Amino acid sequence: MSALTSLTLKGALDGLDAGDFSSVELTKAHIEAVEAARGLNAFLFETPEQALSMAAASDARRSLGAARPLDGVPLGIKDLFCTEGTPTTAASKILEPFVPHYESTVTSQLWRDGAVMLGKLNLDEFAMGSSNETSAYGPVVNPWRRSGSNQALTPGGSSGGSAAAVAADLCLGATATDTGGSIRQPAAFTGTVGIKPTYGRCSRWGTVAFASSLDQAGPIAKTVEDAAILLKSMSGHDPKDSTSLDVPVPDFAAFVGKSVKGLRIGVPKEYRVDGMPAEIEKLWQDGIAWLKDAGCEIVEISLPHTKYALPAYYIVAPAEASSNLARYDGMRYGLRAEGGNLTEVYENTRAAGFGDEVKRRILIGTYVLSAGYYDAYYLKALKVRRRIAEDFDNAWEKVDAILTPTAPSAAFGLGENSNDPIAMYLNDVFTVTTNLAGLPGLSLPAGLDANGLPLGLQIIGKPLDEGTVFSVAGAIEKAAGFKAKADKWW
Amino acid sequence: MAIDAATVRKVARLARIAEPEERIEALAQELNGIMTWIEQLAEVDTDGVEPLTSVVHSGLPLRDDVVTMGGDADVVTGNAPKSVDGFFVVPKVVE
Repeated sequence: MSALTSLTLKGALDGLDAGDFSSVELTKAHIEAVEAARGLNAFLFETPEQALSMAAASDARRSLGAARPLDGVPLGIKDLFCTEGTPTTAASKILEPFVPHYESTVTSQLWRDGAVMLGKLNLDEFAMGSSNETSAYGPVVNPWRRSGSNQALTPGGSSGGSAAAVAADLCLGATATDTGGSIRQPAAFTGTVGIKPTYGRCSRWGTVAFASSLDQAGPIAKTVEDAAILLKSMSGHDPKDSTSLDVPVPDFAAFVGKSVKGLRIGVPKEYRVDGMPAEIEKLWQDGIAWLKDAGCEIVEISLPHTKYALPAYYIVAPAEASSNLARYDGMRYGLRAEGGNLTEVYENTRAAGFGDEVKRRILIGTYVLSAGYYDAYYLKALKVRRRIAEDFDNAWEKVDAILTPTAPSAAFGLGENSNDPIAMYLNDVFTVTTNLAGLPGLSLPAGLDANGLPLGLQIIGKPLDEGTVFSVAGAIEKAAGFKAKADKWW
Repeated sequence: MAIDAATVRKVARLARIAEPEERIEALAQELNGIMTWIEQLAEVDTDGVEPLTSVVHSGLPLRDDVVTMGGDADVVTGNAPKSVDGFFVVPKVVE
């Protein structure tokens, strides 16, 4: 049934509408693909029975002429979204075993719209990582390999399971989350499309928290249009999240294919970093040329505080994480270790339950918030954060959207960067600025490097202007004509 | 600001994470490496700049102070390592 798994989400919806196949047939094909791809380690929990029962219910709705916007399409869910009755681990031992009694707002909206759940996808522990290697359940393996090589590559992180599952045709789309680049960098490493919307577009309720002022959900999909369709279902105001925006949700898909003639596209000179491969610079120039051909005006801009975004992020995000993760105390859910007194129970539980990277970030966060360092580090970082947001405010006076590379390299080998935290952090150099400023950012595949690995371009938009981002992405997608898929080895 | 072994012990204690003594030196070096890289923030002129705590421009919403859910003690304690009759069972806190 490989024909069914190679469909786009839009193509599958059209086929279901036309009666070419049923959701049960479509779902079975994907369940078989998931079972055959266990070597990728993309799924932590497979839910085939639930998927088939959701698919049968979908077919029944469709036969009554009551099909919903996503009716019958099988999706993968990042294991950071709470799913009622299905384990939710955040890829951490400390949440083992945790079975939520409630559904996250984002996933509940996908099921409201008729989608089918195939299972829960692997990620970096608590979404802290750029290579999926911090998962307590072992890393996801990228479906892509360098030509002529068998070396296992990272799918990126933290949404590596989501990106790998979409790239390997295991699902028609997946949920993901992005705190510093965790949707866009894995999308770039796997030849998929991922968008982090404006902060507040998607409710954070029921999603395991990492850094609450930066966390935002979004989809990873096969095409720009598919990402737009999924984002519409995932978005919307939720009274249960006080930072959820009470604004209308546009029909994002209607922006894909719209003319971009006359749009002003900013190209920030600070996004040329030392050591960036020439191929990425060339891809960026290709993107500029494609948008010029489509009638855009290209404007060189300056975002002078770009280089300070990552250091500011590595204060703000760990500070928020150290506070958010204080809840894992072994009392109300998850793991509990033994100890001689209450404090020892806490300390032993957290020592046994958290992995090294999570501990490292909690320690940094605790340090920068501790007495005597709060002003020097935490307040300073929040002030730099405003400088970064102001850079964008100034840019929006001159341009309608910004074009950059998504990541400073193609997918690297598992284990290649894992001994140097700062080298790993630098993966997010082009993506983290939009989290700090709360802006929408989309990555789409635009070409292959000399080793045959996909490379991504990023489009950054004004707050709540995902529409323009989708239009620009649609124009690049059309011009780039990226059709490459990973050769199936799994 | 160098992070020494004593600082690591203090921060680990504050964070309630047991770090074995043989890990303390290595952690101090790791954290020092990261904090040294972060020090470049000192180059940014932030005089008179207000800290940015939230990118959401509207204020916090208010709602009526009414009970919206509750009465589900069994559900709430359903994932607890130890529970009895809708109560969490925790280690002895008061001697």
